[in-house]
Amino acid sequence: MSVALNGVPTKEELKRVTPPEEVLAKKPVVMVECFQNIPCDPCAANCPFGAILPFADINDLPLVDYEKCTGCGICIASCPGLAIFVLDMNYSAREALIKVPYEMMPLPKKGQMVSGLDRQGCKVAEVMVQKVTRTKNKTSIISIVVPKELAQIIRNIRVEDAVNGR
Amino acid sequence: MKEYDIIVVGGGPAGLAAATTAAKCNANILLVDDGLQLGGQLIKQTHKFFGSTEQFAGIRGIDIAHNFIDEISHLSNIEILTQSTATGFFEDGVLTILEGYNGNRLSKVKPRRLIIATGASENMLSFINNDLPGVYGAGAVQTLMNVYGVIPGRAVLMVGAGNIGLIVSYQLLQAGIEVKAIVEALPCIGGYWVHASKIRRLGIPIYTRCTLKEVKGKEEVESVTICNIDDKFNFIPGSERELSVDTICLAVGLSPLAELLWQAGCEMAYIPELCGYVAKRDENMKTSLDHIYIAGDVAGIEEASSAMVEGQIAGLNAAASLGLYHEKYRELNLAFHRQLLQLRHNEVSESITRGIKKATL
Repeated sequence: MSVALNGVPTKEELKRVTPPEEVLAKKPVVMVECFQNIPCDPCAANCPFGAILPFADINDLPLVDYEKCTGCGICIASCPGLAIFVLDMNYSAREALIKVPYEMMPLPKKGQMVSGLDRQGCKVAEVMVQKVTRTKNKTSIISIVVPKELAQIIRNIRVEDAVNGR
Repeated sequence: MKEYDIIVVGGGPAGLAAATTAAKCNANILLVDDGLQLGGQLIKQTHKFFGSTEQFAGIRGIDIAHNFIDEISHLSNIEILTQSTATGFFEDGVLTILEGYNGNRLSKVKPRRLIIATGASENMLSFINNDLPGVYGAGAVQTLMNVYGVIPGRAVLMVGAGNIGLIVSYQLLQAGIEVKAIVEALPCIGGYWVHASKIRRLGIPIYTRCTLKEVKGKEEVESVTICNIDDKFNFIPGSERELSVDTICLAVGLSPLAELLWQAGCEMAYIPELCGYVAKRDENMKTSLDHIYIAGDVAGIEEASSAMVEGQIAGLNAAASLGLYHEKYRELNLAFHRQLLQLRHNEVSESITRGIKKATL
């Protein structure tokens, strides 16, 4: 299977977009899970630090200059494909902080425990919501605290509630 | 009989872009649309658009529609006629329009140039019980949910993993409706992979090389049988699975809505890459008839971003053909053509580019 066949990227595909170990060890940075050449450039256009390099062709895949990336997460809400995440591997000794885009209702609350889901939507852990950032374009950014070993696994959350719960 | 420099038929992304662009060339314009309000499919699009800043990338479709409608309200040379259907264009240059929600008033108008931006209609699929209540086209599901706030059902099977199937599945999930699965007859996801990934992250399976075989139900849809298919699209016996659903949503492609162009006598061609019969046109979107231009899905099924650029090209050039040159005509025309080339400069658009080549006069 691959992202083209069922929407779930393989390990090899992910390797191409994973920030280098030494960068992750140093500071929070983006991981852009964009694998297809399609005409789309808001990530590069919206990065305030020029860390997502300007596109020569609008169909280019995003290239990140990790030196410049601060992990601010402004690109997360700008991405029409909801394909950008921020990883902070130094949140605590055992935990990483992940910022994920979220467009479901209701929004979780700060401090709430929610389900951490992998790229296939399977629950892999209960995770804590550290921050909820609403943005102008209505894609919210949810910061979640996850065990370090799940930082490359968890990419979504589910907020259990009476209406949408399944 | 009222006369106009340009009449634009269709108030979706292509028609809105055509009308606003031509208005800026000082043409007086009538914009005719059969919907309750302008915007076409844009008003149902709650996702952020792709493309670049020029095509409003990162802005949600519904907000793009509102921006256009707001712009038009400030342009005094555009008249709007909604809930009205253009029914025919005749040798004497008369366009007939049925006005009013029940179409009981016939009016005649005379345009010096006509821009047809009528969009597309959805394809149907043949399967057992496809006439049961609960079988919808994706466009109807979007209209119910996103325009009228009505949920179409409780549990849905989506048929088709092109962009529409993927986007509407996501919207259903946002509305709190269960999507049991997406089935796609082709071996690969046809839509943008990022749309597929975000649906997978919500736990919805996408089955490729799989389609629906039969829908069961007495008065309405009660369940569906899906089945894997081989390279020749034959069902693979024994691979059937039954899903309990009350709604089947069909997102199996669109066909250009070209009746007016046929009737007007434009040279037409069947071009599979553009998904059906389209009018042949020159690079500035002029058909074989000098006074008729086209833009958007009616010219070939493509994304809304390129539809808007085609609309700008049609609007700019239809006005220019009347001597109404925009002060930056050359610069703008070059820029629009460059944008179109950029939007199509990718693997997904290869067949569209091939089709357009065949359709070019």
